Amino acid sequence: MAILVDRGTRVVVQGITGREGRFHTRLMLEYGTRVVAGVTPGKGGERVHGVPVYDTVEEAVEKHGAEASIVFVPAPAAADAVYEAVDAGIKLVVVITEHIPVHETMLFIDYARRKGTLVIGPNTPGVIAPGRTKIGIMPGDVFTPGRVAVLSRSGTLTYEVAAAMTREGIGQSIVIGVGGDPVVGLDFPEAMEMLGRDPGTRALVLIGEIGGDMEERAAALVREGRFTKPLVAYIAGKTAPPGKRMGHAGAIISMGLGGYQEKVEALRAAGALVARTPYEIPKLLASVL
Amino acid sequence: MRLLEYEAKEILSGLGVPVPRGVVVEQGDDVAEKIRGAGLQPPLVVKSQVPVGGRGRAGGVVFAPGIGAAVEAAGRLFATPVRGLLPRRVLVEEAVEHTLELYLAVVLDRAARRPVLIASRMGGVEVEEAAKKNPGAIIRAAVDPWLGLRGYVARRAGLALGLRGRLLRGFEAVALALYRAWETLGAELVEVNPLAVAGDRLVALDAKIVVDDNALSRHPGLGGRGDVGEYTGLEAQARRLGLPLVELGQEGVAVVGNGAGMTMATMDLVYERGGQPSVFLDIGGGASADRVRAALGLLAGHQASRSILVNIFGGITRCDEVARGIASAVEEHGSPKPLVVRLAGTMAEEGRRILARAGVEAYSDPVEAVDRAVELAREG
Repeated sequence: MAILVDRGTRVVVQGITGREGRFHTRLMLEYGTRVVAGVTPGKGGERVHGVPVYDTVEEAVEKHGAEASIVFVPAPAAADAVYEAVDAGIKLVVVITEHIPVHETMLFIDYARRKGTLVIGPNTPGVIAPGRTKIGIMPGDVFTPGRVAVLSRSGTLTYEVAAAMTREGIGQSIVIGVGGDPVVGLDFPEAMEMLGRDPGTRALVLIGEIGGDMEERAAALVREGRFTKPLVAYIAGKTAPPGKRMGHAGAIISMGLGGYQEKVEALRAAGALVARTPYEIPKLLASVL
Repeated sequence: MRLLEYEAKEILSGLGVPVPRGVVVEQGDDVAEKIRGAGLQPPLVVKSQVPVGGRGRAGGVVFAPGIGAAVEAAGRLFATPVRGLLPRRVLVEEAVEHTLELYLAVVLDRAARRPVLIASRMGGVEVEEAAKKNPGAIIRAAVDPWLGLRGYVARRAGLALGLRGRLLRGFEAVALALYRAWETLGAELVEVNPLAVAGDRLVALDAKIVVDDNALSRHPGLGGRGDVGEYTGLEAQARRLGLPLVELGQEGVAVVGNGAGMTMATMDLVYERGGQPSVFLDIGGGASADRVRAALGLLAGHQASRSILVNIFGGITRCDEVARGIASAVEEHGSPKPLVVRLAGTMAEEGRRILARAGVEAYSDPVEAVDRAVELAREG
């Protein structure tokens, strides 16, 4: 059993009839994900790649026992989609959508937590337990089952690192994109607490970037002895100028916080191996495994 | 988007925050006439309206004892770039005598996923430094976003700053106004620094508001605000095309990638391999050939970029689509700059074939591609 998700996880796709929803539903089905239903208000009764579409998440839960949802709903309606999933009793909501106003994100994550629902994202490629299930948009073929977990704030860079690991024969237990926004649901420290207890995970790769203090908080968790598995980290944005937003809403050095050096120093002080390039990660992993 | 000082002050003043009396002047205005028309009494402070920090140290704030000096200062500021940005407006204000400078802000605390009120007796230019050296000097009050900032929380912060009587009530009003601005604008940050203590009054001598770009569409009123001066010409052009582009202020390799993390990592790799990145350009996930063509078109005439490196790891992004975009850009602009491409992942082989036909070499190893781009930038 991976953490959070497994082979049997029943998934509902919110926004299934949109271009992205339709396309990724097919890819998830091909990967073996158990997509049991889709939701698009007003399109109830249709089918997408054989998956029944409903008007409400509630119906998808009642009729198919959906436990997790993946949200492809465009930004203006995305918050609404999350609230609906939470109220329908969905326990894991993966929000792929980018460009959701951060105030809305802050509120729906808080609401979800109080109702016992975990949000991953927004602005995330999702989560994949290689060989078991994929609730996300990552290309399945670069991942391979194994014993190293990957947590990342980035999308493409995660695929690049996973492909490099796979080439060196190092597989992944679970790969979670936590999202590139300033405020995200599941963050590094929370995921690390779960991975620390996961017998299927022997080591961890953290792919961080400038902005915020998530990497520093991950390092603090290790220093406090609350995460004890080997840790290899890479931080993107060494050459990013302060005060400039580097593509991701969350990737900005502001108010003197979020710089590259502080993150690397915090991680090194916690005993993590910090890779200078993404392509060094497999070699560093091999030295700790 | 960062608003200019005078825009932030207009918003806060509308919510009841006391600000100095002032007037905004544009290039070509009769500055003396504007100052007299607004009834401003010297001494005055003349401030360059550019959306960057550290204006004071960069010579963007000038004290003027009289109207003549203010006119002269304004003229000078219009011709003085601050951190590379020229102001389109200058703010002239009455100088406010004061005894103490406070710091007050409402910011989004990423870790707590909550707004937080931050206050300090160490207002002025270097509050971030002060916070690092002396964390005890900073008062933080987390706010439940469903409840909003309540008066008693603001008063507690004011008391901790040592404010009493009318100053305490004034502080409460300012804090509540900042929070209201933060909430209604969907802001990331609303900051008054310094918040000056002048007798029994508080006055916002400088103000900064950073609005969440993703919330702009909800606030059509803000559409006209926010000087595009935050962006260079090339950055503004890219923004209009929906392409995140950052000029890095140095000559070298223009880095084009798919995804922010990937693009940043490629920039860093250029630096690791002895080069300098000149541009960050993220074509995003699933980019079409047209988008790639537009991205390369932006760089065709960019002086500081001596070579262009396109680093793509195809997932949702299809390498053949990217290759078609590159091929049509090369067709359209010729090859004004040396171009190096690395393709991996989805449809990489097909992409390589398309590029070969267009006479562009495509690598599969990212480090080799970076080394080549760095070498070409040196020669270029």
